[in-house]
Amino acid sequence: MTSGLWELVVRGVWVTVQLLVFSALLGAVVAFVVGIARTHRLRSVRFLAGVYTEVFRGTSALVMIFWVYFVLPPAFGWQLVPMWAGTLALGLTYGAYGSEIVRGALSAVDPAQREGGIALGFTPWQRLRLILLPQAVPEMIPSFSNLLIELLKGTALVSVMGMGDLAFSGNLVRLALQESAEIYTYILLIYFVIAFLLTRVMRGLEKQLKQQLAGQPTGGAA
Amino acid sequence: MTWDWGAVRDFMPHFWEGLLVTLQALTLGSLISFTLGLVWALLMRTPTRWVRWPVGVVTEFVRDTPLLVQLFFLFYVLPEWGIAASALTTGVIAIGLHYSTYTMQVYRAGIEAVPPGQWEAATALSLPLRRTWTSVVLPQAVRRVVPALGNYVIAMLKDTPLLMTITVLEMLGEARLFSQEHFQFTEPLTVIGVAFILISFPASLVVRTLERRLAS
Repeated sequence: MTSGLWELVVRGVWVTVQLLVFSALLGAVVAFVVGIARTHRLRSVRFLAGVYTEVFRGTSALVMIFWVYFVLPPAFGWQLVPMWAGTLALGLTYGAYGSEIVRGALSAVDPAQREGGIALGFTPWQRLRLILLPQAVPEMIPSFSNLLIELLKGTALVSVMGMGDLAFSGNLVRLALQESAEIYTYILLIYFVIAFLLTRVMRGLEKQLKQQLAGQPTGGAA
Repeated sequence: MTWDWGAVRDFMPHFWEGLLVTLQALTLGSLISFTLGLVWALLMRTPTRWVRWPVGVVTEFVRDTPLLVQLFFLFYVLPEWGIAASALTTGVIAIGLHYSTYTMQVYRAGIEAVPPGQWEAATALSLPLRRTWTSVVLPQAVRRVVPALGNYVIAMLKDTPLLMTITVLEMLGEARLFSQEHFQFTEPLTVIGVAFILISFPASLVVRTLERRLAS
């Protein structure tokens, strides 16, 4: 492989990483908003959040990407930059999966913690911010770590729409060299290394959050 | 936004054809992933690490890399190695292999959940190893993992559109073909999007019911 082709691969890695970061951020926001809404006391809010989750989990990520690329622009009269279309489709889909993680972790917090907050006169927002989330978030990290790997694999789907990510650069190199085994092996290895680094980062984050939780001054019996 | 019911009507025959291919790929892919996953899970229990270690590394690698690139790999590399397979066969193999690395974890959990007393009883009855597995451990383990396997079948359904990229005309492939011929994207893409939800939502309800019934 020539250095020019390697440059193509490096540019693909950069696009993949960008897309991963953006869609992970959007996905996290969606996951927390929808996940918290699913534990809301109003039934209608819970219902709407449930519909969102089922619709976006129910359909295929690739169909979603096609839909964002081809149906949204004529329907609403605006055209999305490929990066944002990809971010939107991936963030909304994987956010729906993430909302299940958030909901599960929130409902796994000991009910006495919530009741304690009520007894101390905390507002619902304070209870969520100061009592429930600090205990629930460290428990979410292992599942989010798995989901992040799924999202990384999902970013490859945007190459179908011609966006120059890592998988797409692999196709270009294959066409240039008329040889596929070598380049696809490299591409798979690069994805594997990114996934490995991600799991390491997430494991470190989990450790840190748990230490913070344990080391916090509680001002009494914890 | 304009919605053209005529386009929906014209697309429906193609939709049914695509659905048939999707279901074919799903059934065969599930069968491969169920068997291969069990093979991986059993290999991971062999006493020698010379088996466990390579199997662990390979399955981890397959699990953490995109199915799309694996599809391309098989689709373009197998012919270079002189193995000729149709696009659908290649796709079914890729999906089955990819998901077998997930089902192996399901089987592992199921096998570990069999109470130790069952193993001890099998030893006490001096059952040969083969009988212990086939008549004592596996029947109990497999029963436990059915809902989890069901979840992966649903996940697999949602990954079948990837086969479109290697020229298989499943639902999304048919929709894209129709769109390009008629310049109508909205209707076919929406129809198959709704179709996916209509299949996977009831399926997930069935899985949840199974889970609850096994838990009680």
